[in-house]
Amino acid sequence: MNRKMNKNMKLPKSIKETQDGLAKKKFSAVQLVDEYLTRIEKYDGKINSFLTVSDELAYKQAKNVDKKIEDMGLKAFEEYPLLGVVVAHKDLFLVKGIRTTAGSKVLEDFIPTYSATIVKRLENAGAITIGKTNCDAWAHGASGENSDFGATTNPWNTEYVPGGSSSGSAAAVAAQFSLMTTGTDTGGSIRQPANFCGVVGFKPTYGAVPRYGVIAMASSLDSVGHFGQTVEDVEKMFEITKGEDKKDSTVINVKSKSPKTKLKIGIPKEYFIDGIDPEVKKSVEEATEIFKKQGVELVSVSLPHTKYAISVYYILQPAEVSSNLGRYDGIRYGKDRTSMGAEAKRRIMLGTYMLSAGYYDAYYLKAQKVRSKIIEDFDEVFKQVDAIIAPVSPTPAFKLGEKTEDPLQMYLADILTAAANIAGIPGLAIPSGSTRKGLPLGFQLMGARFSEDVLFKLGRLYQKSINWDPKGAF
Amino acid sequence: MGIISKKDVEHVAKLAKLKLSKVEIDSYSKQLSEIIAFVKELEEVDTTKVKATSQTTGLENVTRKDEISSEELLAQEEALSGSEKIHNGYFVVSAVFESKDE
Repeated sequence: MNRKMNKNMKLPKSIKETQDGLAKKKFSAVQLVDEYLTRIEKYDGKINSFLTVSDELAYKQAKNVDKKIEDMGLKAFEEYPLLGVVVAHKDLFLVKGIRTTAGSKVLEDFIPTYSATIVKRLENAGAITIGKTNCDAWAHGASGENSDFGATTNPWNTEYVPGGSSSGSAAAVAAQFSLMTTGTDTGGSIRQPANFCGVVGFKPTYGAVPRYGVIAMASSLDSVGHFGQTVEDVEKMFEITKGEDKKDSTVINVKSKSPKTKLKIGIPKEYFIDGIDPEVKKSVEEATEIFKKQGVELVSVSLPHTKYAISVYYILQPAEVSSNLGRYDGIRYGKDRTSMGAEAKRRIMLGTYMLSAGYYDAYYLKAQKVRSKIIEDFDEVFKQVDAIIAPVSPTPAFKLGEKTEDPLQMYLADILTAAANIAGIPGLAIPSGSTRKGLPLGFQLMGARFSEDVLFKLGRLYQKSINWDPKGAF
Repeated sequence: MGIISKKDVEHVAKLAKLKLSKVEIDSYSKQLSEIIAFVKELEEVDTTKVKATSQTTGLENVTRKDEISSEELLAQEEALSGSEKIHNGYFVVSAVFESKDE
């Protein structure tokens, strides 16, 4: 390949910078793809955020973008709102003709014959697909270390994990290998890696974005979202991906209520428990102060069943996993079940046990009932406040290998994120600085179902008031 | 002894069609017991009058017209493209039953 890195070219950090650059002919879409691919080639060896780079497809789409701009001028950007935006997909998203593995050896050679709805929607809006990102196999994990194709590392410090399970998607944005990426969030798999990698991560309301063509993990909890450098970009992408799809009957069109002028944020005491790292706690408190200065009212609230969220999650999720992974029999595509990795087997075993004769009521049904209690808590709180603020993870990124020997410890990494999936509410993870060691810090905002516009408004307000200027990890 | 014995593990592995090694059976018996012991904390929540939640959209019986659109058809060739074990346009599968004489 005779690509050359263009020394004068600075990679754009937002959709706006991308499209301004294209409109003013500072660079072409093909040059943009050149630049990202060169960067991936040069630096991804150590980070391992990509499983497949779709250079051929990316160049084809880039040429198309350049032609549209030539033919239509500025009108092209009105017609195609994401024109020229470079995206990569978590390797759970089917892209026609591009290998899709789910991070598992079972699908090592699987080439999909159709694309996920969200992939199509992004392509139809003018986005360029640069590749498929690494993830914990079948999205099982909170560190990225469960990928059957090797762990992804944190671009800020490669001795640390990037979080998971959307490990490669978060790392790729932080490393500027792609402007935006997609992910899935079943118990925190977008928000937690976004938090560990210092990027914005967004989990929509359950049922807001179609999941057709996205490899399923736990069907009553899975939601499809994305990563970017700014809240504004994440909002723009959501506008394209959301909405009913005749191929996914779990999606519902609900118009988000426009946010009030005077907003109230709740601080739930159950999310500031012992064991929260002091630097994490301090950073979230600083963020609440910033909201206060901007005229947002802060109220103390309580979600009494929060402490049960992780147990509910580790019943519902493995039970649904065991059912969803039942289809991988190696007959119609993929390898047989002997290729399942250790964590996938662990969850299949756990879920099968919980659903087996005599245990359904004690585990799955009980968890579904406690689920109702957790939902009630949120319903009560959202009568009082417009959103709540909380840490995303009890600690900043941890070191590779630190938790791999103890599955229960690894499962507890989801303790502050899983409740949002149980209740089906949206969550927005926003970076807010870094630790003394230079690892990213952040917080999450959660809102009532379909209150995305409130979260985006608050997120934009926060990033504006701190003059957010995404730096990229290196 | 944990909540999940090695015998339980072997039984569940059979249900889930997984082949486990001796080492795996030992470690899953221990690890699954620990996880089950942890999630049993839900027993302390009173749920006597609580309805179970199976999903959060509130949608029920979503239907659409059964229409065929040419762009959504998966041709036989495409449907078979993921497998190497094909015979006359069919997937080849292992026999479920064995004949008596064998």
